[in-house]
Amino acid sequence: MSESVNVTAISMFFVFVAATLGITYWAARRTKTAKDYYAAGGGITGFQNGLAIAGDYMSAASFLGISALVFTSGYDGLIYSIGFLVGWPVILFLLAERLRNLGKYTFSDVASYRLQQKPIRLMAACGSLAVVLLYLIAQMVGAGKLIQVLFGLPYEYAVVMVGVLMVIYVSAGGMLATTWVQIIKACLLLGGATLLAILVLYHQNFSIAALFAEAVDVHKKGPAIMGPGTLVSDPVSAISLGLALMFGTAGLPHILMRFFTVPDAKEARRSVFYATGFIGYFYILTFVIGFGAIVFVSTNSEFKDAAGALIGGNNMAAIHLSKAMGGDLFLGFISAVAFATILAVVSGLTLAGAAAVSHDLYAHCIKRGQATERNEIIVSRLATVGLGIAAIFLGILFEKQNIAFMVGLAFAIAASANFPILFFSMFWEKLTTRGALVGGWVGLISAVTMVILGPIVWVDVLGNAEAIFPYKYPALFSMSAGIVCLVVFSLIDKSDSALAERDAFSDQFVRSMTGIGAEKSAEH
Amino acid sequence: MSKHHYDHVRGNEKFHELVALKSKLSWSLAALMMIVYYSFILVIAFFPEWLGTPLSANSTMTWGLPVGIGIILFTFFITGIYVHRANNIYDGLMQKVIDASHDHVNNMPSDEGESSS
Repeated sequence: MSESVNVTAISMFFVFVAATLGITYWAARRTKTAKDYYAAGGGITGFQNGLAIAGDYMSAASFLGISALVFTSGYDGLIYSIGFLVGWPVILFLLAERLRNLGKYTFSDVASYRLQQKPIRLMAACGSLAVVLLYLIAQMVGAGKLIQVLFGLPYEYAVVMVGVLMVIYVSAGGMLATTWVQIIKACLLLGGATLLAILVLYHQNFSIAALFAEAVDVHKKGPAIMGPGTLVSDPVSAISLGLALMFGTAGLPHILMRFFTVPDAKEARRSVFYATGFIGYFYILTFVIGFGAIVFVSTNSEFKDAAGALIGGNNMAAIHLSKAMGGDLFLGFISAVAFATILAVVSGLTLAGAAAVSHDLYAHCIKRGQATERNEIIVSRLATVGLGIAAIFLGILFEKQNIAFMVGLAFAIAASANFPILFFSMFWEKLTTRGALVGGWVGLISAVTMVILGPIVWVDVLGNAEAIFPYKYPALFSMSAGIVCLVVFSLIDKSDSALAERDAFSDQFVRSMTGIGAEKSAEH
Repeated sequence: MSKHHYDHVRGNEKFHELVALKSKLSWSLAALMMIVYYSFILVIAFFPEWLGTPLSANSTMTWGLPVGIGIILFTFFITGIYVHRANNIYDGLMQKVIDASHDHVNNMPSDEGESSS
């Protein structure tokens, strides 16, 4: 691949960086208290938060990855994106308002509400950091490769640049800057993807039927791309993947943190409604874009190397399509949007990771709730720098590794460890610290172990002949193991603290349903 | 202080009625979503050919398309139903329960030291 420099892409990208740094400067001047820093003062509206949540969720990996999946396998891409969408109603019906009414800055606030602070927060912080780091590595490696192809920059430079910018956004501007960067990026991504899909349909005289007919004609799999393919091969894998996607979404720390940025439960509900709409719309667009790429990219030798493969890999399908549809100018725009997407997503992740370190580990585990706000924010900023350095280092370390398992593992951990303790702490009176700890750790450790012993890491990454654990997606087993332990160890817990924890459920329940005593939004 | 509020709310019959109504709505919609999604997953696992069947004899469009797009629209639709009902109906009723507890707590003798925030 010739690493030619795309001037449009670079200038548009610089406009984005300049605008977001301006926002960060504005946000930094408004960020004074811990509540400003972690939760944007609680003053984000439901609509804005809906866009920001959608922004957190629509990563470059899902834009490029799902359109690439549609490009190679057609209908399978739609199956995959539906899995990512159906977790949202569940979050809304069961978690959103209770989270808002009980929590302050992190989901550990809710999980540890009536349980012992130190051990529960330690576990929740480990679950959060594991998810954040896995996600960060996947985004960093993707960013480095994408920028290498798009801007002609060396991989290491690209990774360092992403790391430095995200540290600036997060440490200076906190949640306020992170949220607005996310909102701007969500609008750019939705706008760019809409334009791309409209251009595809325009070239087919706005006939969806003609688009599909032509795609079936030119795709080597023919009519098979219009139905389920090889994504899910057996019922166990299908259900296990479904569980990981549905409940993993409800255990992602950077998403859960967004529910504390709105003023009340009403706005928390509204944000999920808007987020679901934007994300669903986006997945429909990526489906059209993927089929557009089959028709306009796979048939064009300009986008292929000597061996007939797509230049830059299948993940570049949507990017090449933008060139085929709108020339260098549109290619530059979509490339800049993809880069902006990466920056915004890594910032959201980093803030969630930093909050786990400063709010959970430092303020509650080490200082036992006695830390001053000022020190807590300082620790959070240091943690942001630390996470930035770790992300750059790991991004470079994993450049040549197969990282396809990482997002799947992050979802498996979120579904098996974070979600069960959060859910049972709010819904089940009998949950005790002991049960939550045993269940949470079993869920976390079994998810990691099963992924390592499974086909994706044991065979594809480590090169062994046969997997010890036969399924690609562990959630069905790791989530069940975690929940069974959580229930059993809570039920047999007869300690004095267990009785007190069960007694405290009633007050917690009234607060979760009414919002009496809940965090208020800050007045500015 | 919140503790008095909680006690009063707990003693209010209306609160328990409202919670029962709300959790019925939450759980039935959640169950509906799971039934729709896991039915889809089971069809993919056991009858994948069906989703690949053309809509009509000379069409390339398959049953999978309206089903898939339909699930996306359904997801959006039921979140809308829940937000509408919770925000416009239940929140108003819950506010009455909360106001009643505020009145009750504010009318209590002030020597209980409940002056904090």
